[in-house]
Amino acid sequence: MKALPSLAKALAWLAAVYAAMFAFDSSGLANPYWLQVFELACITAISALGLNVIYGFTGLFSLGHAAFYGIGAYTAALTLKSLGVESQPAFLCALLAGAAAAALVALLVGVSTIRLTSDYLGIATLGFGIIMKVVFDNADSFIPRLGGARGMTGIAKMTTLPWAFVLLGGSLLVIRNLVHSSYGRALVSIREDEIAAGAMGIDTFRYKTAGFVIGCAFAGLAGGLYAHLYAFLHPSNFDFFKSVDVLVIVVLGGLGNMSGTLVASFGWVFLLETLRVVLPPEYVEFRWVLIPILLVVTMLARPRGLLGIGEFRFLRGGAGR
Amino acid sequence: MDYFLQQVINGLQIGFVYALIALGYTMVYGVVGLINFAHGDVFMVGAFIGLYAIGKYHLPLFAVFLLATIGCAVLAVVMERVAYRPLRQAPRIASLITAIGVSLFLEYFTALNQVFGPNFYSFPRPFAVSSWGPGDISLTNIQAIIFLVTLSCLGALQFIVRRTRVGRAMRAVSFDPVTAGLVGVDVNRVISITFGLGAALAGVGGVLYGIAYPQVNTFMGVMPGLKAFTAAVLGGIGSIPGAVLGALIMGQSETLASAYLSSTYRDGIAFVILIGVLLLRPTGILGAAKTEKV
Amino acid sequence: MILEARGLTKNFGGIKALNGVDLYLRRGELAGLIGPNGSGKTTVFNVITGIYRPDRGTVNMDANRIAGLAPHRISRLGIARTFQNIRLFRNLSVMDNVRAAYHPSVPYGPVSAVCRTNRYLDGEKAIGENVTELLSFFSLQDRRLEHAKNLSYGDQRRLEIARALASGPKILLLDEPAAGMNHSEVEKLMGFILEARKRFSLTILLIEHQMRLVMGICERLVVMDFGEVIAEGTPAEIRKDPRVIEAYLGHRPAGDTSEVRD
Repeated sequence: MKALPSLAKALAWLAAVYAAMFAFDSSGLANPYWLQVFELACITAISALGLNVIYGFTGLFSLGHAAFYGIGAYTAALTLKSLGVESQPAFLCALLAGAAAAALVALLVGVSTIRLTSDYLGIATLGFGIIMKVVFDNADSFIPRLGGARGMTGIAKMTTLPWAFVLLGGSLLVIRNLVHSSYGRALVSIREDEIAAGAMGIDTFRYKTAGFVIGCAFAGLAGGLYAHLYAFLHPSNFDFFKSVDVLVIVVLGGLGNMSGTLVASFGWVFLLETLRVVLPPEYVEFRWVLIPILLVVTMLARPRGLLGIGEFRFLRGGAGR
Repeated sequence: MDYFLQQVINGLQIGFVYALIALGYTMVYGVVGLINFAHGDVFMVGAFIGLYAIGKYHLPLFAVFLLATIGCAVLAVVMERVAYRPLRQAPRIASLITAIGVSLFLEYFTALNQVFGPNFYSFPRPFAVSSWGPGDISLTNIQAIIFLVTLSCLGALQFIVRRTRVGRAMRAVSFDPVTAGLVGVDVNRVISITFGLGAALAGVGGVLYGIAYPQVNTFMGVMPGLKAFTAAVLGGIGSIPGAVLGALIMGQSETLASAYLSSTYRDGIAFVILIGVLLLRPTGILGAAKTEKV
Repeated sequence: MILEARGLTKNFGGIKALNGVDLYLRRGELAGLIGPNGSGKTTVFNVITGIYRPDRGTVNMDANRIAGLAPHRISRLGIARTFQNIRLFRNLSVMDNVRAAYHPSVPYGPVSAVCRTNRYLDGEKAIGENVTELLSFFSLQDRRLEHAKNLSYGDQRRLEIARALASGPKILLLDEPAAGMNHSEVEKLMGFILEARKRFSLTILLIEHQMRLVMGICERLVVMDFGEVIAEGTPAEIRKDPRVIEAYLGHRPAGDTSEVRD
């Protein structure tokens, strides 16, 4: 199998999926509420896949993923507003700007903190997450448009089902190809044994930073989509609990398992929304009583992740098998 | 200068409360290596016990502390037994996620109308507030009580850890649980006691916090919990003096930050300091540098 | 002289792990580093491979000063090692353990990998062929899809050597390669080491307590005690050296002297 056909095949798949999604989206058949939930699930999956690169594949414990999601969201929203045009290409630029901003900040954070070991890195990233929340809360004092603690309004609703779905597909493709390459093996070897990886000639500092930056870039991309899904951003969307959300998803799906992350993302988002709909209004508060119980019971029963599934066929394998 | 000294006293007030919470984090981490995210919520439960004991039953202050201590200790021991012990051999992340689950459960379960309720409740003052001191500096009786109670708790803890059999067993387990088990230490019991002891201190902290900042809510433990944990890491997690030192730094930095910068940055400043310290000393101020055996 | 270390000193909080160690390796030789437990042998390896930075002293490899360089730089200059307490990538397949070690010479860039270009495909194929060759040499080929953690102890030790060789070293440092092996496994391992030296033109330094292996294949021995080199010479010379005998007898409880006597 040579490269061109494989790339062409992937692009053809994406095009077909886009066409199908576009047709479905504009057919009016879908319930708009559940459509939006589905889009949110795609977005959450992109962000969780990013954390999976950081924690699942590279083994870096990050408790501040939501900060990068937020950086992407605010950057994308501000970029599109500043461009002043609400066209699809402008939206793409805004999304890329969001991802780039998250990656840039991740680079700065990574270069300084990545030497810390497991729990200490977790705490440092947790601290960074809280600092970013404070920054978002006070953002209006340096850029009034960001809205600060009142929230950012007037964001165009640009995120559609095809956008969310195709970007999820693209993210999966990029991460799969990266993981099943020598670069991916370098990341995983660091997770497995950093000292051995270094002795094997792998520049562990550089690759840990790279893994962190790549994962955060996906969080930034997802953030941009999120900003343009609900057209409203509030700092509380990016607090510590949002970092916990994605962490739970990645752990439930199984560390280093892309299919698991995918299934857990959709499961998590749909579970939350279904409970919201199913529970009678006076019992909606029970949602957050049930979910933690479910979470604890799940961890007790399956400490290595809920799913323990093999990778889906299209996520499996590299070229050299 | 008076203003500054006053802020330092105010910083000590919150710093001591953080210290009471941070000790539980650092002890549990020292013994089982778990970041017990639910510890902040144990602190909250302590505050609510105080609220009911004072507001509803008008108990004397020492009985309030006793009740909060016992209530929180029992809660933590049960929590450990049910949610953490079965996972002791599992990957560490599983217990961490479980701890987050327990934390969310405590927050939302107690927020139900049938339990504590979802609102902010005002904490009844068990005594009239008075203050004394020279010039513009003043020390309130609340602050005096916080200082006294915290210092006696620290003294008692230091005694237990340094001078008693249980304390020796705790240090043994934290040094090497497997070997401690082999030489006849009942590891499970020691872990239960550690959780109980840490929670008891948090319970005292909850009551003191309620007296000093008389607004309680079932989510009130989140931020103090995170900050106290950060304080424990700052001081060097696993180290009891480290936790106190970290908590005092934390209290000073955020009080001075809100006094001289802006209160909106208060929650951020502590974490800026944390990251700064970790970059210079990756295992905290009093933490032992760990070298991996190669 | 392919490697020369001079005056290596390393303290750990007041304990002198190394105290002025001089050590050299001649190109192509197979030397052994022996000494009682805690005499500083592994610390020498850790300093040479960059895991520790020496407090004092230099390490030169050919013309390069390597003391204080990061481990991956030293590895790229051609020093590979194994570890006393086996450090495999436990959750990776046997094949991936070795493939990961080919990473420093990866023939394609990350963009190629993401786009799966021809460069990537050809590169992966080439890596795959090299891995197959190496695994066959170590008779691990039929276990290539097994997770490393599921291998037998002996296979794990061999895999670690195979992985070390994947980085294309000139010098190979083996830290107790025969630890925990039985008689016949040690016999086989000795054959592997000698054959690997010839086939990959290696210079080898090994730490070992099993005197049968040390005396059987090493051409030269260096003996350490209390962080210092106390003797050096051929196995025959070392066997008779009174300082060596005393170092071992002085340290060990009676009855545990089998290692030096063989």
